Amino acid sequence: MSEYKISDNLAVSESGFLFMANSGESFTVNETGRFIINNLKENKSEEEILSLLTNEFDIDIDTAQRDFDEFLTLLRNLKLVEEL
Amino acid sequence: MKVAVTGLNNVDSPGPGVPVIRGIKDSGKFEGEIIGLLYDALEPGAYMREVTSRSYLIPYPSSGIESFFDRLAYINSFEKIDVIFPTLDAELFAFSKLSGKLNDLGIKTLVPTMEQLVLRGKDKLFDFCTKNNINAPYNIIASSINDLYALPKELQYPVVIKGIFYDAYVAHNFQEASAYFTKMASKWGLPIIVQEFISGEEYNVVALGDGEGTAIGAVASKKMYITDKGKGWAGVTIMDEELLSISQKIIKALNWRGGAEFEFVKKRDTGEYFLLEINPRFPAWVYLAVGAGQNLPYAALQLALGEKIEPFENYEVGKIFIRYSWDLIVDMKKFEDITVNGVLRND
Repeated sequence: MSEYKISDNLAVSESGFLFMANSGESFTVNETGRFIINNLKENKSEEEILSLLTNEFDIDIDTAQRDFDEFLTLLRNLKLVEEL
Repeated sequence: MKVAVTGLNNVDSPGPGVPVIRGIKDSGKFEGEIIGLLYDALEPGAYMREVTSRSYLIPYPSSGIESFFDRLAYINSFEKIDVIFPTLDAELFAFSKLSGKLNDLGIKTLVPTMEQLVLRGKDKLFDFCTKNNINAPYNIIASSINDLYALPKELQYPVVIKGIFYDAYVAHNFQEASAYFTKMASKWGLPIIVQEFISGEEYNVVALGDGEGTAIGAVASKKMYITDKGKGWAGVTIMDEELLSISQKIIKALNWRGGAEFEFVKKRDTGEYFLLEINPRFPAWVYLAVGAGQNLPYAALQLALGEKIEPFENYEVGKIFIRYSWDLIVDMKKFEDITVNGVLRND
């Protein structure tokens, strides 16, 4: 499983509003997205986040993995996250 | 103290005069009056009571530098101006040339030298950047349409066709390039700059140089809303050390004196910054810097007065400006006064 690092320039608000301080771009994410980003900011591993997702949102591990992969692809494309 | 400011046009392509004045007044340290200097009787800043005390029409410098100076000297004979704060590209050569004569009248200015103005010109920018290890789009200076037939290998379509002073168009093939060349040449004259097109996001920096190589302040921003005329009507302060470091390098290399705006593009595939332009004055969005914690207009006034000031060290990231328009209702008498007598009084 991979380790990821959220950009130091990314500010995340309680409402799920994201602001990249070095590019001026802003985004909004839903509750699940905010949950994943906040856990990535706390340097949790993919395995830990998947486990937390299954508990928090009452979903099976395959659904959690699919949602996580899809969201991470989005974050990588937007350069908000890098793989360590 | 009396400070005279130009560029009070505040229409769809606004001048920096009104935001500069707001900055000076917001400092809370300015005691005195703001005098407006107008090229047009309908420049809105002249009609705004909270902005200018009195305003005077002046001729364009292009109509003759002697008559331009004579008009300034005449206004000064009764206004006793301490500082003139020019804010428009087209007048800066004249103010730079006249700075000694104005100083003799007791009027201080903070303007770039003629040499600095030439070095940052669109036709010299690539050479300046190459000498100082700053990325800039490759370009050629085309003095005839024939130059488009034999573009060097560094220039592949699309290219940017730029006028020597204003305007830029992206041309995707020879036909478009030659059409823009002809249009631009008839509007702004020759030469025309043919520039490499760099794909990416644009960023801007407003900065102030003390004339001795120090950047007194620099604030970076990203436009959030751009009008069909290419003007930013909303923008946000950002923080990118590299962007600010390049800006400081430019100020140091030029010993820049006065306000400036640096326009960059961040190349999409490599993330490198390329310098597109150096505008030799504050931009119309300079008030964003004031709002973010760097009152660059007031600092510029202090420098003009010969005061020593310490550089700003930081600013607030994530501050947004949103521009709006606002209708002023005034009596015809005001318009009559500025049109017939060349003076409009708000006091």
